[in-house]
Amino acid sequence: MAIGLQLLVQFCQMALVLALAPLFAGYVRKVKAHLLRRQGPPLAQPYRELLRLLRKDVVLADSASWVFRVAPYLIFATTWVAVSLVPTFATGLIFSYAADVIAIVALLGSARFMLALAGLDVGTSFGGIGSSREMLIASLAEPAMLMVVFTLSLLAGSTQLSSIAASMQASDVGLRFSIALALIGLVMVALAENARIPIDNPATHLELTMVHEAMILEYSGRHLALIEAAAFLKLLLYVSVIACVFFPWGIAVSGQGPAAYFAGIGVYLLKLAAGGFLLAVFETAIAKMRVFRVPDFLGAALMLGFLATLLLFVTLAG
Amino acid sequence: MDRLALDVAHLLAGGLVLVSFMLLYQDRMTGLVNNFALHALVVSLSVAWQAHIQHAPHLYITAAIALIVKAIVIPLALHRIIVQLGIHRTIEAVVGIGQTMLAGIGLVALSIMVMLPITAKAGTLTQQDLAFALSVLLLGLLMMISRRNAVSQVIGFMSIENGLILAATGAKGMPLVVEISVAFSILVALIVIGVFLFRIRERFDTVDIHALHQYRGEQP
Repeated sequence: MAIGLQLLVQFCQMALVLALAPLFAGYVRKVKAHLLRRQGPPLAQPYRELLRLLRKDVVLADSASWVFRVAPYLIFATTWVAVSLVPTFATGLIFSYAADVIAIVALLGSARFMLALAGLDVGTSFGGIGSSREMLIASLAEPAMLMVVFTLSLLAGSTQLSSIAASMQASDVGLRFSIALALIGLVMVALAENARIPIDNPATHLELTMVHEAMILEYSGRHLALIEAAAFLKLLLYVSVIACVFFPWGIAVSGQGPAAYFAGIGVYLLKLAAGGFLLAVFETAIAKMRVFRVPDFLGAALMLGFLATLLLFVTLAG
Repeated sequence: MDRLALDVAHLLAGGLVLVSFMLLYQDRMTGLVNNFALHALVVSLSVAWQAHIQHAPHLYITAAIALIVKAIVIPLALHRIIVQLGIHRTIEAVVGIGQTMLAGIGLVALSIMVMLPITAKAGTLTQQDLAFALSVLLLGLLMMISRRNAVSQVIGFMSIENGLILAATGAKGMPLVVEISVAFSILVALIVIGVFLFRIRERFDTVDIHALHQYRGEQP
């Protein structure tokens, strides 16, 4: 019975994130457009883009190998599995016994590895530039993310996201400076990983600055649809992780009735709306930085992660 | 002392370490001086909070001195100096912010590892104050050796003094006379350094201290 319920919650969550991810991206675009006093595309535009791409034929470059064809499926699958491990509206997911937050980082890392390989595969110069820049960003963003994860795990005594959320919800955490540092560090990593504005502009194909778009320039048809869907899922994943760890209120705990689950979904939607709004405001207010400033930005995120861990030792010793 | 009081003290002292890192990161002159004002503000808040929880009213005077002298007077004077030197718009060519940050992290780790075992019997507040104070001090020294501009080095020097105040607060009982005389000697030091800066600029047309190197004795 309990296992059946966990399985049901897990599949509901996987369906929910897949259905919500394009809507969330469309919502962020809409808010950004409104902030610029524009009309903006309708909320359902990302769904239409995905459907249109799915219907189109794939055009493959002559020099494309099997890596190029397999990569989109692997990227989509690993990202989807990673996001299904995050407790969005309810804890007690059946997958969460198998994998913790370090596994999420590893899954995202393998998706990025695949994407960089695909960018290099066709042999165009843009793909190469994009892959090399993506790896530059990743080599700094990943340790920063791991340091944040270590901080939270030290605080909660566990690397499971559901236990971290539960212990953050308990009142004995107190006022910890490390948590604030970890939050800022994680937000910086999330901006960098999702190619948002201070690092990369998701809405442009300007050749000198693009990172993510440069790698997927050769893709078309259903391959492109899968990669775009994976990018939407990744954005939703980071917002969900931040919401689940730092703002864990309202997540349904297993054992409560169906009303708690529906309330959990409602609260989750509210959190997403707030997170997307803040992201849009931040992106409108700030300018994109030069590619060569990116290591400084991510170095600061890494520094915050380190500092959060170190300060934690001072409190733990006391 | 209840938990919340300790947590706030931890927050403020940890914030001071964070602002020290911001000083290392900042490469614009005006931003650097404003950042230094923030540094002094955080240290005075921290001292005032500890005066409150330690029931030590004389520490309020220390906090007030830190606030007036270092968060208001010295930043204003530094703003005047950098405008008069004509370097208020320059962006300092800091070599390797990333490496400096990593070195800074290493120094913080070192000071925590050194201080926590030594002060194990001293009580939580003193323990964390001393650990953070040593970090701020070492970060100030790091700033002095990693910058080429003389004004940045002065700011590094002043941030060391803020670390010393934090240490003295945690150690319960630096006499007030010492405190006041330290504050005034910092002011005198600022004046001397200010005069010195103008002399350097007059002589070499720059405040980049690398211009001084050819006058050193031990030339390779």
